Amino acid sequence: MYGRKVKLRFLFIILILFSLILSTFLILKSLEENVVYFQSPSDIKLLEEFRDKKIRVGGMVKENSIKVSSEKINFIITDFKNEINVVYSGVIPNLFSEGKGVVAEGYLKDRSFFKATKILAKHDENYMPPEVKAILEEK
Amino acid sequence: MLSSVIGYYSLIFGSFISLVIIFFSVQNFKNSKILDSKILLFSFLQLVLVFVSFLCLIISFVNSDFSNETVFNNSHTTKPLFYKITGTWGNHEGSLLLWLLVLTLFIFIFLVKSKSQLKKYRILTVIFQQVIIIGFFTFLIKTSNPFNYLFPIPKEGLGLNPILQDPALAIHPPILYLGYVGSSIIFSSALAATTVNYINNNWASHIKSWVLTSWIFLTLGILLGSIWAYYELGWGGFWFWDPVENVSLMPWLALTTLLHCILVLEKRSLFKSWIIILSIATFALSMCGTFLVRSGILNSVHTFANDPERGLFILFFLFLLISISILIFLVFHKSDNKKLSPIFFLSKETSIVINNWFMMYFLSVVLIGTVYPIFLEAISSQKISVGPPFYNKLLIPFLIPFLIFMAIGPRLRWIKSELKDKLSLVALLIISVLFSFLIVRNFNTNYLLNSILIGSAFYLFFITVQDFFIKKNKRFSQNIAHFGFSLLILSILLNSIFSTEIITNLKVGESYIEDDLKIEFKDLDKENKKNYISFTGTFYIKDKSSNNILNPELRIYNQPNIITSEADIKITLMQDNFITINSVKNEDYFNVRYLVKPFMLWIWISVLLVSLGGLISLFNKKYEK
Repeated sequence: MYGRKVKLRFLFIILILFSLILSTFLILKSLEENVVYFQSPSDIKLLEEFRDKKIRVGGMVKENSIKVSSEKINFIITDFKNEINVVYSGVIPNLFSEGKGVVAEGYLKDRSFFKATKILAKHDENYMPPEVKAILEEK
Repeated sequence: MLSSVIGYYSLIFGSFISLVIIFFSVQNFKNSKILDSKILLFSFLQLVLVFVSFLCLIISFVNSDFSNETVFNNSHTTKPLFYKITGTWGNHEGSLLLWLLVLTLFIFIFLVKSKSQLKKYRILTVIFQQVIIIGFFTFLIKTSNPFNYLFPIPKEGLGLNPILQDPALAIHPPILYLGYVGSSIIFSSALAATTVNYINNNWASHIKSWVLTSWIFLTLGILLGSIWAYYELGWGGFWFWDPVENVSLMPWLALTTLLHCILVLEKRSLFKSWIIILSIATFALSMCGTFLVRSGILNSVHTFANDPERGLFILFFLFLLISISILIFLVFHKSDNKKLSPIFFLSKETSIVINNWFMMYFLSVVLIGTVYPIFLEAISSQKISVGPPFYNKLLIPFLIPFLIFMAIGPRLRWIKSELKDKLSLVALLIISVLFSFLIVRNFNTNYLLNSILIGSAFYLFFITVQDFFIKKNKRFSQNIAHFGFSLLILSILLNSIFSTEIITNLKVGESYIEDDLKIEFKDLDKENKKNYISFTGTFYIKDKSSNNILNPELRIYNQPNIITSEADIKITLMQDNFITINSVKNEDYFNVRYLVKPFMLWIWISVLLVSLGGLISLFNKKYEK
């Protein structure tokens, strides 16, 4: 009886260790594939190569740059050093407007052209996404 | 003016009472056999003082007393009365005061409700709880005093963020807080019980009501936040793996695990150390959530003010509490290996262990996904975000075995069990998978995974339905909660597979046509309301089976000057038709978003069913032995 109990406990510990290792491996692997990096227009200018991976671009929407048509909107994101053209078709958050901070998520087509799949909503007129704030403070 | 003074001083008095209570508690701990009635009296007094303070803040808000800085920052004379009142806890200072109020309320209720428990245990719980209460008093008075005086007195306030002016959000914080703060009682009580070696089945059945209560409130609080994000933020979904959502999900996962373990402790006196760890973890995760949300690290509507001092304080306090609790756990906890009760492989205990593994896995995935970006930024200043694909990929495959175990587990007995009707169990599984294959086969993407996934959800569904009939209400509460969960997973899956979305930019008079669907932007009406201007669109929407007229609204608030979109949703039993509009750069074009979301109503209903299960268990304790 005693031997059986020890065996059970041993099996239990092995199972726990095994599942721990498995889950750590899975989580790390999935993290590597699925994180989205945040970059400013200047960062993008400096990119050596760009892969077909989702990124976020943040900065200010340039004044007089928004153009609306029935299928899409075009605008320019600037960090006052460099800028990037964005094309987007999708939901436009309430607080999206010229001269305000913005974070766009999507794919880089080339060094100055970005196809956004999502524009992130901010929640408050005074509020600036921390990433964008950091960029603007750097300049 | 006067109310601010009264509010402030009752807060100060309240904090001193903590010291008085601790003094009497320490004195009472050794000296007498019964609990000193002074402790109860002073706990009540403290509750009254904090309540008065909270009431004063509400009065300041109702009277638009702008000599109070909190009121000035978050209110406005033109705001409707209802939102003046709810605005009290719609900001950082007020919500913390509410948190404190619930803390003092709960310890008072605990004292009243725990008369049959060990005296030393009760006193220690009070002491631990008072330590937390002192922490919150200090935090409130030092860094976020809700009664700061402004001079000269401003004529007008800055206003409440319009997206918070909503009935669901008016009650979302109090409900969620009841859940969070309930976990603090579990935490204090677990530590107290460890210290006096009182972790046994008596304690388990007593603390179970607290676990259930906070679990129910946390569930409902998350539900309300989710419903609000669906219609008010116009997100058009119910869960986005946003860090702010995750920080409420993590304590929920820990609490759910704890709920299952408490049952084992109650019936079989097992898992003692694990339960203490879970109690500590639940509270730590609740506090962690507060820290992340309040410190301004996370980008969200809950970030009221980015004051690093506040974040630091919570972080320090959290660190202190966790260190104390780990110390207590290591010093006082004796595991009783001698009387190890036998467990057999096929038993209810094992099924709960399996449940725990899965829950811990889900919890670590959410935790890593939420915290990793913050750490990476702190270490390498690289900014990343972790989105839904991460969670979907890691969680969904594991949902399949989880659901199957969830179906079979409750059918097992304690200690040693046999699986009856193996044949019918297997047959039902095959039927469920085939059934779901028929549903998803017309959809090309990933139908193998989808049909197995939906199959296992259907399996849980069928089994729980079957249980309703054969078990004669014996475990009715568990049954209904699991049934609700199967319904939740089913509606979520079907919803995500069959949802359709159309986004387009339209001018008044234009139409969008695709296949059988026609969206016609008929008209736009302007109307002046008390604190906003409203633009209401009229849309004729025609598809294969139905004709709908929907009226989404765009509101331009005066103070603060913010535009919000109010979705118009036609809710039916089988699907929601959801439309929002938004203006773009004051041009004639409106950004129109039209969604058809099947089974949306069922997601809300099923979460209600899950918490109903908890409620039944709470009021039905004797019956369910």
